[in-house]
Amino acid sequence: MTQKMSEKKTFTGNRGLQLEEALIFEIGSYDNCGVDLEDVPPVESRLGACAAQGDIDLPGLSEPEAMRHFVRLSQKNHAIDAGLYPLGSCTMKHNPRLNEKMARLPGFSDIHPLQPQATVQGALELMDELAHWLKTLTGMPEVALSPKAGAHGELCGMMAIRAAIEAKGELATRTRVLVPESAHGTNPATAALLGFKVDGIPADPSGRVDLAAFKEKLGDDVAAIMLTNPNTCGLFERDIIEIADALHEAGGYFYCDGANFNAIVGRVRPGDLGVDAMHINLHKTFSTPHGGGGPGSGPTVLSERLAPFAPLPYVEKGADGLRLVENNGDAAHQPFGRMVAFHGQMGMYVRALSYMMSHGADGLRQVAEDAVLNANYILASLKDVMSAPFEGPCMHEALFDDSWMKDTDIDTLDFAKAMIDEGYHPMTMYFPLVVHGAMLIEPTETESKAALDLFIATMRDLVRGAKEGETDRFKNAPELAPRRRLDETLAARSPVLRWQSPEAKQAAE
Amino acid sequence: MSKKFTKDHEWISLDGEIATVGITDYAQAQLGDVVFVEVPEAGRQVSKGDDAAVVESVKAASEVYAPVSGEVVEGNGALEGNPALVNEDADESGWFFKMKLADAGELDGLMDEAAYAAYVKELD
Repeated sequence: MTQKMSEKKTFTGNRGLQLEEALIFEIGSYDNCGVDLEDVPPVESRLGACAAQGDIDLPGLSEPEAMRHFVRLSQKNHAIDAGLYPLGSCTMKHNPRLNEKMARLPGFSDIHPLQPQATVQGALELMDELAHWLKTLTGMPEVALSPKAGAHGELCGMMAIRAAIEAKGELATRTRVLVPESAHGTNPATAALLGFKVDGIPADPSGRVDLAAFKEKLGDDVAAIMLTNPNTCGLFERDIIEIADALHEAGGYFYCDGANFNAIVGRVRPGDLGVDAMHINLHKTFSTPHGGGGPGSGPTVLSERLAPFAPLPYVEKGADGLRLVENNGDAAHQPFGRMVAFHGQMGMYVRALSYMMSHGADGLRQVAEDAVLNANYILASLKDVMSAPFEGPCMHEALFDDSWMKDTDIDTLDFAKAMIDEGYHPMTMYFPLVVHGAMLIEPTETESKAALDLFIATMRDLVRGAKEGETDRFKNAPELAPRRRLDETLAARSPVLRWQSPEAKQAAE
Repeated sequence: MSKKFTKDHEWISLDGEIATVGITDYAQAQLGDVVFVEVPEAGRQVSKGDDAAVVESVKAASEVYAPVSGEVVEGNGALEGNPALVNEDADESGWFFKMKLADAGELDGLMDEAAYAAYVKELD
């Protein structure tokens, strides 16, 4: 009988041209160097007690060795440039090459935050233009560009809310923040970090905020609500205006988690819904790279009520052109402080504005429409064999639960691992927590119909296999990846966070 | 006294003045392999329904709520080094904390073993 490909052992441990690669500490040696350096002339050391006590064991490699090491590691990664990446709530979409070209223009890439402002007028103009687009798309009067990621933007918005409450002298009494049970975990974490008490709001059977339960929880001790729209179940919160009105009447502020803005950009302006603060993930909605690839960026738009508390710095038009305001405290501006040392992620600003201007307002609207259409195509094409916990249509992501697996021997994790053997990065699993064994699929507008059809056919074949008892295909997966199933439990319980040389390990034992 | 149960899958067992609190075997099975547990410190006042402890598995992080009001007198230190105890023995040595009750009458509002078993059956 022929051996299954996955079980074939090779002399080298390589699998075809998929090469095995050791850690750099294991292949490098202290004596190797990629360049020839002249001997250092003897000098009198003035380091005193700061002098190195011994070798620091930096691994040395020649240039081709270093090149191969990192190329081989990169080949073990999956990326949006390599294939479909349906990670729900993470919005892995194509990053247009045009963005990269713009970000590499020397006027943006070769400047320094401490340069005189007169020499970086173009960069400041780009920030001003980006702010204009963000404010226009959201219908909000102010934006803080500086936050460096989604959760940082959340913190910015909630700090503005906290400052507004403090200015009204209500900080001691407004102590509670309402957070739906399906929220991103960063929402309650942000509220707790600022000293608020987190109070959960249950969902109704349709997967949305239970309006009656929300109203019951309102009171003059409520500082804010933190609501994601579309929510993490991929559903639009239809009662959002009623929620905002009731909240404002009770004196609270409305924080909207904008992680899913890509589903509504160009179609809905959060300012029209009564939102007071919302972060925008440039790295999701406006295609700047993320997911281990590049820095995030989370500009936060603010309503009129919160605008005076926007953090420093901000761009202002003056007689001598644009300037970055670093200090302020006049009547119109009471900044709550600043969140970053300089101005934020310049490279992401360039990419996001490039994406906006190349798409135009109508193109951005189509981005949202196609993202929603693609997700609904997946939902409609799979809901007869997989179980969807909520009635569609959905927004930009399709959510399934594990009730269809009840009579099989597999669970969500097994299903996800089998997807890897088929060449797909798994979808988001076990989130949102309100859905049992959740599988959250976000195709984004990036994928063509042909790509979606192949994905759907693959998923249907996996479901068929699971229902027909092809249990090995799941329990043994992944069989074709560089590594087999990892022991996630052991890794979480006893993480090894630092590499130890074999000698040091032996000495410790 | 026999155990009482909450809808959030905590159990509580009163012995004299001190009650022991843990999560049920059903809850640990739902969570999967537990990898981290944070238990409350002695002296902390908790009201019924407050977050009292945190349990994290490979799938999710969840709160453990105080089934009744009172004062924490001891957290189970053994769980810090060995969170697997929750999976292995949720009903006994995998307990989370002990507390002095503010009002033993609050226990009457909780489910007994038969009612909890019926409740779990309904969830499946």
